[in-house]
Parts: sequence; C-alpha cells; structure tokens
Amino acid sequence: MSLFGTGALGRVVRSGVGRRRVQTVVIAVATLVAVASAVVAGSLMVAAAAPFDRAFGKQRGAHITAQFDPVKVSAAQLAETGKLAGVTAIAGPYPSTAFRPVDQAGFRMPTLTLVGRSGPDGDVDRVDLKSGRWPQKPGEIVLAASFEGPAIEIGSTLKASGAANAQTLSIVGFVVSAGKTADAWATPAQVEVLGSEGRPVTSQMLYRFESASTKEQILADRKKLAASVGSGALLGTRSWLDTKRAADQGAAATVPFVTAFGALGIVMSVIIVSSVISGAVGTSLRRIGILKAIGFTPREVVRAYVAQALIPAGAGIAAGVVLGNLLAAPLLGDTQEMYGTASLSTAWWVDVAVPATTLVVVGLAALIPALRAGRLRTVEAIAVGRSPRTGRGQWAHRAIGRLPLPRPVTYGLATPFTHPVRTLAMLLAVAFGTVATTFAVGLTSSLSEVGASQDTDGRAAVTVTTTKLNNVAPPPPPPVGGSAASPTPAGDGVASTSKPKVAAPAKVRSAITSQAGTGSYYGKAQSEVAVAGISGSVQAGLYEGDSRSGSYEMLSGHWITGKGQVVVPTRFLERTSTEIGDTVRVTYEKETANLRIVGESFDTSGNELEIHADMANFRSAEPSTFLVGVMPGVSADEYAQKLAAVLQPLGGDAATNAPSEQKGVILIMDAMAVLLTLMLVSVAGLGVLNSVILDTRERVHDLGVCKAIGMSPRQTMSLVLASVTAIGVVGGLIGVPAGYALHHVVMPVMGRAVGTRMPSSVLDVYGPGELLLLGLGGFVLAMSGALVPAGWAAKARTATALRTE
Amino acid sequence: MHQLIELEGAAKRYDSASAPALGPLTLSVAKGEALAVTGPSGSGKSTLLNLVAGLDKPTDGAVVVAGRRIDQLSEHALARFRREHIGMAFQFFNLLDDLTVTDNIQLPAQLTGTSRRKAAARAGELMEMLGIQKHARAYPGRLSGGERQRVAVARALINRPALLLADEPTGALDTASGHDVRNLLMDLHRAGQTIVLVTHDLALAEACASRTIHLVDGQVALDSYAQAVR
Repeated sequence: MSLFGTGALGRVVRSGVGRRRVQTVVIAVATLVAVASAVVAGSLMVAAAAPFDRAFGKQRGAHITAQFDPVKVSAAQLAETGKLAGVTAIAGPYPSTAFRPVDQAGFRMPTLTLVGRSGPDGDVDRVDLKSGRWPQKPGEIVLAASFEGPAIEIGSTLKASGAANAQTLSIVGFVVSAGKTADAWATPAQVEVLGSEGRPVTSQMLYRFESASTKEQILADRKKLAASVGSGALLGTRSWLDTKRAADQGAAATVPFVTAFGALGIVMSVIIVSSVISGAVGTSLRRIGILKAIGFTPREVVRAYVAQALIPAGAGIAAGVVLGNLLAAPLLGDTQEMYGTASLSTAWWVDVAVPATTLVVVGLAALIPALRAGRLRTVEAIAVGRSPRTGRGQWAHRAIGRLPLPRPVTYGLATPFTHPVRTLAMLLAVAFGTVATTFAVGLTSSLSEVGASQDTDGRAAVTVTTTKLNNVAPPPPPPVGGSAASPTPAGDGVASTSKPKVAAPAKVRSAITSQAGTGSYYGKAQSEVAVAGISGSVQAGLYEGDSRSGSYEMLSGHWITGKGQVVVPTRFLERTSTEIGDTVRVTYEKETANLRIVGESFDTSGNELEIHADMANFRSAEPSTFLVGVMPGVSADEYAQKLAAVLQPLGGDAATNAPSEQKGVILIMDAMAVLLTLMLVSVAGLGVLNSVILDTRERVHDLGVCKAIGMSPRQTMSLVLASVTAIGVVGGLIGVPAGYALHHVVMPVMGRAVGTRMPSSVLDVYGPGELLLLGLGGFVLAMSGALVPAGWAAKARTATALRTE
Repeated sequence: MHQLIELEGAAKRYDSASAPALGPLTLSVAKGEALAVTGPSGSGKSTLLNLVAGLDKPTDGAVVVAGRRIDQLSEHALARFRREHIGMAFQFFNLLDDLTVTDNIQLPAQLTGTSRRKAAARAGELMEMLGIQKHARAYPGRLSGGERQRVAVARALINRPALLLADEPTGALDTASGHDVRNLLMDLHRAGQTIVLVTHDLALAEACASRTIHLVDGQVALDSYAQAVR
C-alpha cells in the first residue's frame, strides 16, 4: 500500500478493493488457481523434461565412473589424476567388487556392483539416502532405492552368495545415485571382506570434468585418464551420457501431455486474468469520472485502478505459488520414485517466472483499461450509467427477440452481443475448460487401455505356477528404461540353503486338465534369448497352447498361431531393420530356431525388447506359469483354492488374478491429468463467474427495471442463465473437437517417446455418447459459473436495483 | 367508493434505532382517483411509492392493493401482481437501451405470457394513443426526454393496470416535454385511470391530481381530500 501512499489515493484503492469484495475475491482466486496450475504444470514440465539433469546436478554426479586395477595403480597415483587438465573434481579411490546376493526367500538377485564408501557425501556423487542410514560396519549394506520392495526392505538380510557359508549382509538403508555409480554400498572394509573370498576388487574413481557434454568430450577425457596411469591400469569407464540417455527415455513419455496441460494452463491464465482485470476496471468508469471530478489527475486514476487489480492479484499470486508448490510436491515425489532419481522439487525459476509473468500480465491487463479510464473525459465518465447505451448488441436483441421462446430467455440470449470482448473471453474460458476435460478423459481412457493391453497375464482368471507363489521374489524395478532381471531360484547350479521346490510342468498341466471347471489354459515361460543382430540378451515370452487370450495388442500382422512364428515390438523392427515376413534367428539356451516375424506387438516397456514365440520352437523350454480361464459359473477363487491344494504338495501353486491394477507411471499420469483438469476447469468456471458477475452488476439497474415491471425471480434467473447458454454450447462445440484433436496429437507423441506406435484401441477411446456428454460439459461449466450471479440477480431487491446506476 | 389502495398503519424503518422513514400511515386511494404525493426530499414520497408498488415491504402495518395484502406476498407473487395490476413510470424513464421502443413497450405483456401478436397490437394501440408510433423501431437513446417518458408510460399501461404509479415523471424533462407528460397524465386520469403521482412539482400535482397529500418527515402533513371533507 505504501506505493500508493496513505493519503487520498491509498484510501481510494483500499475502498475500491474492499467495496467490490466479490470481484476482489474472484481476482484473487482466479490468479491463485491460474498461478498454482501454472506452477504445477511448469514444475512437472521441468521435472519431466530433465529429471536426470536436475538430480545429477544436485548430486554433482560423476561424468566418468572409472575402474582401475589396484595392483597396477596406487591410491596416491589415482589421487594425482585429480590434477589432470580439465578435471574439476574427483572422489575415490573406493574399493569395488561385483557379487550376486541371495535374498531371504532364497532367490538370487542380479549381479550387483558393490562400492565401499565411508559415507554418502564427497566432492562427486553425493548420493541421497532415501531411507535408513549409511553402513557403519562390515555386515551392513545399502542398496539402490530401485531394489526396495516387500521382500527387500530395511532390516531384511541378504546372503553374499548362494554358498552355504556365505556372509550375511543386513540392509540398513536405500540410496539414490543419479549417476548410478553402483547398485550397493558398504564400508570399504566390507568390500575387502568380499574380495578376500576370491572376488576381484577394483578401485572406483569418480570424475567431473570441465567439458563432458558430448560423447567426443567424454572420449577425450577418458584418453587423458588412460594416459595418466600405466598401461592396463584403467579397466573400464562408464559415461554419464549413457546413464542420462536411459533416464531420459523413461521420462520422455510424460513430457508431451504435461506440456499440453502446461500450455493450456498458461493460455487460460492469461485469458482469465486479462478478462477479470479488464472487466473490473471497465465497470468502474463512473467512479473514475467522480474521482476526476473531485481533483484526481489522470495518472493517479491509472495508478489507483492498476493497484486495485494488483492487490488482490498479488495476494492470489502469493497463495498460488504456495499452493502450486504444495500440489507439485507429491507429484514430483511420484516422479522421483518413477525415475529413481534424487529428490525433485519445484524449480526455483518456476517459482519466480510464473508469479512474475502473471504479475506482468495482470499489470498490463489492468493498465490498458486504466489508461483508457485516465484519458476518459470527466463528463463522459460521470455519464456512464445515466446516458443511454447505444450500438452494440441491439441487432441481436432485435433478431433473437423474434425467436419463439419466453421473453426473459430471448433477452438473455442476446446479452452476450452487448460485450463482444467479454463474451469472447468467456467463450475461450469455457472452450479451454472443455478442451482440458476432453483431453483428460481421452488421456485417462487411453492410459487405462494401455495398462489393460500390457497386463496380458492379468486377463486369465487363475495363475498357476510351478513354484510356490510366495517364493517368487518381486523383480527389482528396471533401472530407468532398462530391463529388470527375472528372479531366478538360487538353486540353479549353486548350492543353496533354501532351494525352493519346483513342480514338474507335466504334473501341473495334468492337475489343471483334471480340475473340474477348467475352461481353457495356456503355458508360458519368460526367458532370455539371443537374437542374431542384437547385442545382449532379449526377453522372450514362450507360449504353450492357445495363447490368444493372453496376446498383446497388435499394431500390424497377427499373434502367433504356431511353431516357426515370432511377434516382436516396434523397436525390434526398427533396431534390426526388419519387417513383418522377415525371418530372424533366435537362440534359447543351446537351441536355435529361424522364426518368421508375423506380427508387431504394442509394447510400452521402453528400452526393453520382448519377443513372443511358440514354446514348441525350443524343445528344452518348459512353462513356469499356466494362465487358466475357468468355465462360466465357476468361482475362480474356489477353483484356485482346490487347484492350489493339489499343486502345493508338488511345489506348485495357484491363485486368482486380482483385478488389473494400473501401474505406477499410469497412476501418476492419471493423477496429474485429473488434478490439472480440475484446476483448469475451476479457472474456467471462475472466468465465467466473474464475467457474469460483471454483466449482472452492469445490468443490475436494467434487471431492477425488469423486476419492477413484473419479471419474477425465476424469470430473472432464466434471463441470466440464458445469457451464458450460447457461450456454453459454442464453447463445448469448439472445445470437444479441439480436445479430441489434442488427444490424437499427444498420444502418438507419447507413444513415439517409448518407441511404439499407438493402436486404434488406445487412440479411439471416445464414443459418440461420451463426446456428446463432453460437449454438454461446456454448457454445464457455463451454467455452473453463472448460477451464483443468477441467484443474486433473482434475489436482488428491486428498489435497491432501481437506485443503482 | 371502492378503495384500490389501503395503507393501515404502514410504516417503514431503514434503521431500527431511528425514526421511521415513513408513517405509521393510514391512507386509502379510491379507484379512479389521481393522488399526488408531494413533499420535500427525504419526506418519504419514494418510500410510499415503493410500498404501494410492492418493491419494498413495510416494517409495520399492512398494504392492500386491489384487494390483495401485498406486504405478505412472496417475491414471485409480487412480480406477478405487479405485472398484472401496476404500471410504473420513473423520473429517468428506465427504458432498456438494448430494446426498440416497441420491444420496451411489449416487454411486460410478454412477461405475462401474452402472445406476440396480441402484445404487438396493444403496443401499436398505445403508441398511436401517445403519439410515438413513428418511433416504433427506434432505440430509446435516439428519443427526446418527453418521447422517452411517453414510451415509459406506454410500457406501464400495456397490461391495462388498475394502478399507474408515476415517480417524478417530469423531473428529468424540459418545460415543453414536461407539459406533454402533464397533458398525458391528465388525459389518462380523465379516462378513469387510477394514478399515484410522486412529484415536487406542485403545478403538475394541481393539474393532474384529484387529491394531493403532502408528506413531511414520513407523515401526512396535508391531505386535500380530508380538507375537502372537513
């Protein structure tokens, strides 16, 4: 307030803000929601665009993670590498080894890189302790947070290997390392203990360089390191660019839709804020005339009216930043979990840029009509409300008045033509609200379709396994865009203390066939295979029997119908430059088969390549799971219980499949879509509310006249509601196709981000009835915004309204 | 004589701590009578008009118009009552600037559900009677003050109300237009229209009214009818 002083100007500003409480509140709430929405959208856009960069920067991640042979290079020599040109920071040497632990259930985890560090901090790779504490003595270990799950939690133990006398390691915490310099950390002494059991121990060094943003720069940096130590001393390096590439692939899917919501939010904010402020100033012209008549200068008038807009807007902006940060926090937390990166928070510049931009928009929106007010001739300003209005909208009243509808309705229908700019703002608000709703409905429906299409096993009523279900360790989540290692019983060639019993597939098959109520079933094995032309292993689903009920959605071609066929994802075709009809050479264990590609599957599993083939192609392959459909009228629960009773003594098990639950990433996207839509729809509703309030306030005298000559409260209400009817209908008619188009643009982009096309079942999610309802949504939105002012108009005292000018 | 308006101890207070703005007042207006209400500013003239029109409710007493206790009616019923029994003409005309002269005049008829054809016929009749038929398609903003007041009177009469209330009908007019309106009111009274006219203009009151009451501080200081009876 000091900006406007405590004198006459300050008093005018205060009274203006206080007198128009509703408008003040609407300005504050509209800016609050707009800013909160923009902060959430902006935060998510930043987080989705560069979660890895943020986490990596925060942790001072290692540009190069290098492994040295401690026999050929000493710690002192390694410390000297920190003085090499271009090196800005180093950490290490840390003793490092690889081991393959066995969890409490007896399942072997993938091979883990264990690094001995005395703490999480350092000049490089300041890893975040997500939970628990850092190991303080041998026998304690922390794991990367991506391994955390029901079977692997703080307090649970791991065996260092499958050997009977293997050391027991207690999990004391979980850690997030953006640069993924290791999978597990312990004290240096613990690493030495494991090393003394025959595992090779290397020296890990972490480096940050001045220039490390390109592959060429990394190669140059690596050369420097290699040259600084003796020949053969540098065993290997890992570039942060490889880690980043994998991380960005995981995040990429959310970028298109968050960008779409962010853009919608920002455009809507501009429209609503401009409309609110211009309206607020525009309806005060007579007051402005009075101020000028009593001696206010044009500049003072401008300042007074800009201030009246900025004060509630400022409050709304401040509250919006706080609310936006509060709302963004859990979503960013989910994003953090999803990406396995360090803790994310709203980018500081989002908290600065959004309010600053909003303030500028509000200021400009207020300044333009305020300048108009400042230039207004005093006599004309005072005459506002007294002198007859002429011109705009009269033709509409004449034309619409002829419609065979009740007079209050036709009068209301013509009202929007009196203020075309305000009507346009209201129309855009409704249209954008409808776009957001239509897009969100399509997005959530598409994501549900994606979830359902990927959960192929979940379609069967009962899952039968050749092992006990509680012996199946949950696979660790993929390390960002990568594939998870399948849990394998520890007994495969390793002497185990708790080797799980495995039922013979033939006996399981026989039990299923004999069980009353069996409808159909097929067997499945999930395994790794080698494919000619692809380095490394490829996941393969091998099927026995008629597996059509568990087939993936096909983008082209068809699902496997027998031996000699293979179905592959889009990324497989791209990577191998093959197409449907081509033959690929697949090796399972020691068997090789030439398989013809018969179909392109819709597979959203990111970097992972999963192919699908008939088990008959490989004689040694046996199913580990049977997916069973029960006959009509048969209770799946009872069926599973009876079958489990038969199979459990054999080592197998059976259980019903829980209704398909959406995966985390889909839930996050759904939550974001719903939240952002609610906020955008609220802003749209407030935009309508504000415009109708302005209209009602301007017309309160006319409404008083109408009431004085016999218009009933109900007729008054129908007049006001009719004034937004056309806006709601047209807004819906514009918003639904626009939202539909946006969905059809964004979904394929999201698909491309994870390396697939989208099938029609995912794209064509709108039914005619749904589209009609969404179109009506525009009407409902407009009506909702107008309902309160319509009620006020109906209740307004006629005598008071008649005195209003 | 049949009474069209009856106020029985009607009083209006805007603030419970202060004296009433009007009354308590007991007053009757007969059918066909033209009552002029005069008095200085703040004497309660407009309050009286608002109570009779059902635009406001008394804090005490009763207001009966055309046999209905209007102070007990709901807002909805009051609106129906007004459109059927009362026509109003205001100092600043209160025409709707968006509507043509014809549409303004027809509006109260349309609110009652009268057909478009009948409303147009009645509006045409009134415009001819008041000499404004040439402005039928014009907008109020293009008319002179006197013409606008004629349009307002036509609108007030469209539903053939039992009672015409006129609040300072010449207050915003030049002398010539004021004469026009005065003559119009005189004609209407002669035709049997019951009129309550609130005015500062004693000449207008004298010319148009069959009875004048003078209000001071919310009380009737002078009633020409009572004087005549005495």
